[in-house]
Amino acid sequence: MTSVRSPVAGLRNVSREDMLVHGHGACPGCGYAVTARNIAKVLGPQTVVYVPASCLTVFSATYPKSAWRIPFLYTAFENTGAIITGLKAAYRRRGIEANVVGMAGDGGSFDIGLQALSGAAERNEDVIYVCLDNEAYMNTGIQRSSATPFGAWTTTTPAGLEIQGNRRFKKDLAAIVAQHDVPYVATLSVAHFTDFVKKVEKAKSMSGFRFLHCLTPCIPGWRIEPSRGVSIDRLAVETGMWTLYEVEHGVPRVTYRPRKMLPVTEYLGLQGRFKHISEEDVRTLQSWLCRKWKAHYGEEVEEPPCVIARKDEGLGHDGDPLHGL
Amino acid sequence: MVRMTITANAAVAHAARLARVALVPGFPITPQTTIIEQISEFINDGEMDAEFIPAESEHSVMSVAIGASAGGVRTFTATSSQGLALMYEMLFAAAPSRLPIVMVNANRSVGAASGIWTEHNDSLPVREAGWLQAYVEDGQEALDATLQAFRIAEDARVRLPVMVCMDGFILTHTVEAVDVPERAEVDRFLPRFDTTNTLVPSDPMVMSPIVPPEFAMEMRYQQDRAMQASLEVIKEVDEEFAGLFGRRYGGLFEEYRMEDAEYAMIGLGTWVGAAREVVDQLRAEGRKAGLIKLRFVRPFPATELREALKDMKAVGVFERSASFNGFGPLYTELRSAMYGTDVPITDHFGGIGGRDITVPDVREMYEVVERRSRGERVNECTWHGLRGEQG
Ligand SMILES: Cc1ncc(C[n+]2csc(CCOP(=O)(O)OP(=O)(O)O)c2C)c(N)n1
Ligand code: SF4
Ligand SMILES: [Mg+2]
Repeated sequence: MTSVRSPVAGLRNVSREDMLVHGHGACPGCGYAVTARNIAKVLGPQTVVYVPASCLTVFSATYPKSAWRIPFLYTAFENTGAIITGLKAAYRRRGIEANVVGMAGDGGSFDIGLQALSGAAERNEDVIYVCLDNEAYMNTGIQRSSATPFGAWTTTTPAGLEIQGNRRFKKDLAAIVAQHDVPYVATLSVAHFTDFVKKVEKAKSMSGFRFLHCLTPCIPGWRIEPSRGVSIDRLAVETGMWTLYEVEHGVPRVTYRPRKMLPVTEYLGLQGRFKHISEEDVRTLQSWLCRKWKAHYGEEVEEPPCVIARKDEGLGHDGDPLHGL
Repeated sequence: MVRMTITANAAVAHAARLARVALVPGFPITPQTTIIEQISEFINDGEMDAEFIPAESEHSVMSVAIGASAGGVRTFTATSSQGLALMYEMLFAAAPSRLPIVMVNANRSVGAASGIWTEHNDSLPVREAGWLQAYVEDGQEALDATLQAFRIAEDARVRLPVMVCMDGFILTHTVEAVDVPERAEVDRFLPRFDTTNTLVPSDPMVMSPIVPPEFAMEMRYQQDRAMQASLEVIKEVDEEFAGLFGRRYGGLFEEYRMEDAEYAMIGLGTWVGAAREVVDQLRAEGRKAGLIKLRFVRPFPATELREALKDMKAVGVFERSASFNGFGPLYTELRSAMYGTDVPITDHFGGIGGRDITVPDVREMYEVVERRSRGERVNECTWHGLRGEQG
């Protein structure tokens, strides 16, 4: 593995003050919670947050409790881009300094909220749009979205006798947003924390439309051990299932590049959602990844040997939070 | 005050300008479009210190409006028909969040097998969204009702969004003489936007969280109380408006020649113009006809209407929106307001899909009302101006 700079070096300036505090109702190990908390922490108290319908609304702001120490608004599912447009406009009119941030799920950004996201991006609204991507509609019980990876089990892409798992490849949302010619687009992973913080800080320091796309492991949705979220996020990058880069004023830059590509099975094997995956589907996914790797890193990559190893076998639960997690 | 010869759409744009609206999200839809065009011109010519946000859909228009109002600025928008339908979800978010957004709806047929012309089947179906709903008769009232709407919406006893509805084309595109007040006059009527309970970093607050059953019902009840309180606020605001501008609209509804009337017709919007003419004709013939122009459908002035109509020999309700295999919304509401009285009420549909409502149509309606009072068999619900026979 490439050397990861000491996380402490880049993190010295990060405030210790949390804006999303403990006591909320996320599943133990939830990638959303870690991501949202750390983004809010970097953005600080002069921030107003909008969260559309998603896990985050439910676990952080159910009346009469709230885990937020900054103003919070929720109204619906598909309108993050539009609500944050309105909030920011109000502060502009009132002369109030505030980071306006929308934190939407993959469903709320890739699918039903794509129009409002595109509208806000195209207008170059002065807001930060965070997509918390757990690769399915988790809040309604793990249904497929256009962020769901190829082959993954969800409740609407079950591992059936005829068809097993999701048949389409993950949509490249960050590329779509970057095509709107916005000041800043970045992809983030909680496994690369220094990179994570730098990107949030950079977004905070800029103006105009800023888009942060975060891969956020979901314990019951991915059928993983609560302690494994970060390692799985790391493997996502090492296998090419996730790539870390930023596009600043149209100029793309890879912010972390794995030394060599790990076989996708290293990633799949830890997650119950890929338990059923066939050798043929692994091959399909692996060659898709190699094409993506080449397009992204600009170099041909040799297909790493895939071995389907069931590392999730030891899971003490079936991943469903209602079933004793 | 300046007298201008303008459309109701222009009049409404002037109202937004005079009200010192700070933010206007918008999306084009006939017959509303010239409102947002006019406002954009005001802004770009420096006559209005506001921002126009060209949202990418009406769902987003209402979402931007909600964000802006939650962020603490006076917010206005306008839509029509399909646009209102696309906003449906967000209408239901604005009201419980207690955001005093003012929106003009240019009434137009909604759905397929219709066009761009007047019908009330866009706004009446959303009367349970928690918005106040006003209907106007002419361009002057469109301007005045929009100004009043800000006062009512922002009143601390109300804090609810208000929709001002006006008939597409008949008002939106018809040029009339309209008295446009001066900014200073409006400033005396409409105070600065009250930013209490808005979202600001200096005073963190959660707005519209998930509300479980233990609390949601109380919140809904508070909405109900606010709507109830608006009945008085509407009357007060109309009085104050009359004191400052010399125009009075009767608050919740206007009574026309009702003093000694025995038969009444009630309805909304531009239909009232034809109905006034018919009442005048009937009166000239010595018949005891009267008219109620309903200004507000929400709040529905049930007690006040009952008081005004309880001694009638019969009442006819005119609706520019059909209910299928049943009675129209106004009939249903009036009927329950009149429950316990023995005043016969008939329902009348007309002007559907933008068809003209003629003086003979309204006369025909009146004859049905009188016949009903004599105990003659009439249709409980009559379609006027229909081609062919009615079964
Ligand atoms: C218009 C609309 N359709 C459907 C829903 C139901 N719904 C609420 S949250 C949700 C899934 C959210 O998925 P995502 O954005 O990925 O967030 P996550 O639940 O994964 O946090 C759905 C389908 C809704 N609230 N509104
Ligand atoms: S279901 Fe997934 S995203 Fe939702 S709270 Fe649990 S771990 Fe987090
Ligand atoms: Mg999701």
